[in-house]
Amino acid sequence: MKFDTPATTNPIDRLKVVGKATDRIDGPLKTTGRAPYAYERHDVAPGAAYGYVLGSAIAKGRIIGMDLTAAKAAPGVLAIVTAENAGKLTKGNFNTANLLGGPEIEHYHQAVALVVAETFEQARAASSLIRIDYARTKGRFDLEAEMANAPLPPPGFGGPSESKVGNFAGAFAAAPVQLDARYTTPDHSHAMMEPHASTAKWEGDQLLLWTSNQMINWGKGDVARTLGLPKEKVRLMSPFVGGGFGGKLFVRADAILAALGAKAAGRPVKVALQRPLIANNTTHRPATIQRIRLGATRDGKITAIGHESWSGDLPGGGPETAVGQTRLLYAGENRLTAMRLAVLDLPEGNAMRAPGEAPGLMALEIAMDEMAEKLGMDPVEFRAINDTQVDPEAANRPFSQRQLIQCMRIGAEKFGWAKRAKAPGAIREGRWLIGMGMAAAFRNNLNGKSGARVRLDGKGVVTVETDMTDIGTGTYTIIAQTAAEMMGVPLETVVVRLGDSSFPASAGSGGQWGANSSTAGVYAACSMLRDKVTAALGFNSADVVFEDGHVRAGNRSVALAEAAKGGELVAEDFMDYGDLAKKYQQSTFGAHFVEVGVDAATAEVRVRRMLAVCAAGRILNPKSARSQVIGAMTMGVGSALMEELAVDKRFGYFVNHDLAGYEVPVHADIPHQEVIFLEETDPTTSPMKAKGVGELGLCGVGAAVANAIYNACGVRVRDYPVTLDKLLPGMPAFA
Amino acid sequence: MKAFEYTRASSPADAAALAAKTPGARFIAGGTNLLDLMKLEIETPTHLIDVNKLALDRIEETSDGGLRIGALVRNTDLAADKRVRRDYAVLTRAIVAGASGQLRNKATTAGNLLQRTRCPYFYDPNQPCNKRKPGSGCAAIGGFSRQLAVIGTSKACIATYPGDMAIAMRLLDATVETVKPDGSTRKIAIADFHRLPGDTPHLDNTLQTGELITAVTLPKPLGGKHFYHKVRDRASYAFALVSVAAVVQKDGTGRVAFGGMAHKPWRVEAAEAALPKGAAATAKIAFAGATPTHDNAFKLQLAERTLAAVLHEARG
Repeated sequence: MKFDTPATTNPIDRLKVVGKATDRIDGPLKTTGRAPYAYERHDVAPGAAYGYVLGSAIAKGRIIGMDLTAAKAAPGVLAIVTAENAGKLTKGNFNTANLLGGPEIEHYHQAVALVVAETFEQARAASSLIRIDYARTKGRFDLEAEMANAPLPPPGFGGPSESKVGNFAGAFAAAPVQLDARYTTPDHSHAMMEPHASTAKWEGDQLLLWTSNQMINWGKGDVARTLGLPKEKVRLMSPFVGGGFGGKLFVRADAILAALGAKAAGRPVKVALQRPLIANNTTHRPATIQRIRLGATRDGKITAIGHESWSGDLPGGGPETAVGQTRLLYAGENRLTAMRLAVLDLPEGNAMRAPGEAPGLMALEIAMDEMAEKLGMDPVEFRAINDTQVDPEAANRPFSQRQLIQCMRIGAEKFGWAKRAKAPGAIREGRWLIGMGMAAAFRNNLNGKSGARVRLDGKGVVTVETDMTDIGTGTYTIIAQTAAEMMGVPLETVVVRLGDSSFPASAGSGGQWGANSSTAGVYAACSMLRDKVTAALGFNSADVVFEDGHVRAGNRSVALAEAAKGGELVAEDFMDYGDLAKKYQQSTFGAHFVEVGVDAATAEVRVRRMLAVCAAGRILNPKSARSQVIGAMTMGVGSALMEELAVDKRFGYFVNHDLAGYEVPVHADIPHQEVIFLEETDPTTSPMKAKGVGELGLCGVGAAVANAIYNACGVRVRDYPVTLDKLLPGMPAFA
Repeated sequence: MKAFEYTRASSPADAAALAAKTPGARFIAGGTNLLDLMKLEIETPTHLIDVNKLALDRIEETSDGGLRIGALVRNTDLAADKRVRRDYAVLTRAIVAGASGQLRNKATTAGNLLQRTRCPYFYDPNQPCNKRKPGSGCAAIGGFSRQLAVIGTSKACIATYPGDMAIAMRLLDATVETVKPDGSTRKIAIADFHRLPGDTPHLDNTLQTGELITAVTLPKPLGGKHFYHKVRDRASYAFALVSVAAVVQKDGTGRVAFGGMAHKPWRVEAAEAALPKGAAATAKIAFAGATPTHDNAFKLQLAERTLAAVLHEARG
């Protein structure tokens, strides 16, 4: 099915199942421990041996000698895989560095060996007996030092690396009110609960790989490419994923090494990356240095808006696309954006939840707060008067929907924004300095081709199969809701099977495109199944209705199950997209409001209240959508207050590579969170009229927290995370 | 983790004797720190002597009005003890400020005193660390040192002692009771228990080979108001950047000890005389001669301000 004209009325609009707050259909499996994750597939791969990954001890250089003798002789060892004995491996299309290093070492903790043994403990103990001599070479580990060597990279996922409209330099110089400020965001780790994990089993020349991955079709391609196998000889299964946040968009060392280990050991092998390897062996969100220049008239109209970003990556990698939102969020006739990319020999950077917008808005939305203050304007008003209903870089492209002002106004009303003190440091309760901050939220909507297969059996059970993944987001449930709505059956009559590469390829989970794209694919397949049902039951009316488990037209009503009496009906289709996303700018919008307390003595920050107002198309399941948003708000608090991969610029690695050193919020850090979804349907996105929210919920949160801190204590911090050591020098004396 | 032998000790003296004659032996009680270190092969004992079954899990009143806390009393039980909550509230507050409920259920009084540093370079076997591998160097000096020590450091080590309970113990002038491999016992003042790194940072404390902690005793209660103010980057489940343990009397005199500042709980008795004059005067003496790094110099200001908050609350 092709989606190339805006949607009109369709069966989804009945909203009998879709749009209702619905418990996760996979919830009981998870709460009772029966949802099988990749590392625990003894049900399908019994007798698996254990693989343990040894990471490189240096960041850059060469292995000049490797002695496996002692490790091979260690108790229980079955095989050791290294670059020397692994055979030819081709780097995956989605990888920047090789997943198995040696003799060249590209980054710290790059995998250099897999030890396979009878037990996990034996594999781990033997790995420490591998003796490696390294020759270090000098690496580049300091983004600041490499800024001068950072060219504009070729266009990539985030579009062109530079954009110019009007005469930015002239307009900025002439602006009566100016802001020119520098902001930094640190490297972030996905730090998901479930580490990257895989169980591999060979059946002849067929590889079965149970893995934890967001993008099954990408993964299947890259496993095949890396191992030199035909695609049809690789099957990936990832029915449950314990968090990904972008860290599992790509095939990582666990998958490739499990496959190689299983071949070498002649039996199934399972591999989970140990926690200390997550930070340096896998991908991370790259640090940025950002310069923002805003020029405005005295009445607050932006006349010049400039946003430049610097980030680094290994050779062949890409930039953190931190300026993307600045091309679309605010009006202004003269515009400049640029993303520059330095070569760094740190582990490879890549997407983490809301790549680009998350760090970009952390900077831009502080800048907007600073500019509002310079203008003596309320931050909400300043943003509102610079709203635009068209793409500011291409005025002939309207936004399909844009309720930013509504989000801000409703949020301000609900949050009690009017009580915010204009001057910072004005409100004190006991030892706490209290402040409020807000930020706009913006994240693009992306659609991807997505397929599904739908089966109807003689009992009326509808089964959906797609390689789409549920990374904790609630995909199982919204797909079941979609199929139930389309086929006119209760939710309980729908079975959803996900994450298997033998199912039709989906858009996968990433970039908050999963919900709309995957359900649109299910819509397409269900539309085809409806036609088959209609034909099987001998209806020829165009106004046939699927409802309450029956198919009805005029006076005739037949149970849906009747259609499959003679055998299962199967329909497979996909949704593909025309150019509506080119004609219309499809984005999601929101506003975040935060109240913090700052300890007047210690400068500790405690978030006291949070509110997100989101306008993101049709909300398919308000319950799981809310969970997505509050989870994202929590992540936003982490990025504001504590998350930072600390770079050792001498040795070239992230030092705090465990969950004691890399702090993310705990329950005690997170206060009452409220989420409001505005009524919205977007007919340009798909027949579902939906968009994504999973990343929108994060976008802007960091800046809202930072702005609230400024309002509370009067200290403006432009370098994240806003830890107390950065606040202390500016804090008033404690008395 | 290396394979190891396992023995369950039958008495404290037997445990000490066995440990002394078994190279590479370590005692294990709660294991909340040791097992992590073994998994990373930072600790590689060849023999674990399990002391959990020894009857050292009681809290008893002493003849001089204090408390004797068995080495195996779990953190949760110690913090919840009515006598501790009433007379040594600083100790309860320190304990519950640390770790998580699950860890405190396992962690023991003696084991907690022996908790090793959380310096990230100590935790990465690829990096030089004089504490982990004597003579290999110190990667923390010149590296990421935000959490590390600002006073009492050496050219060999700038690690901090990470615990909370011991800061309160130091404030209260606790005594560590031990049994030695020859069966004799001794008492070590808490002030002499933890060491500064000097040129032997691999030695965290003054215990001898095989020596086993059997109890920690507290002298009679001090009265006054008790405080444990722990400052960290998140609201819970994090090691202290700075912590302040204090007992303040009505007349403004008192005691103060600091966590997160040094290789041992940091208490300078001479500084306590300045407490009535305020935090700045006290901190000036307590941290005279400090040697912070660029990353952790803020701790000096933070310690002073945290003490100021405590003194403010004491007056209130």
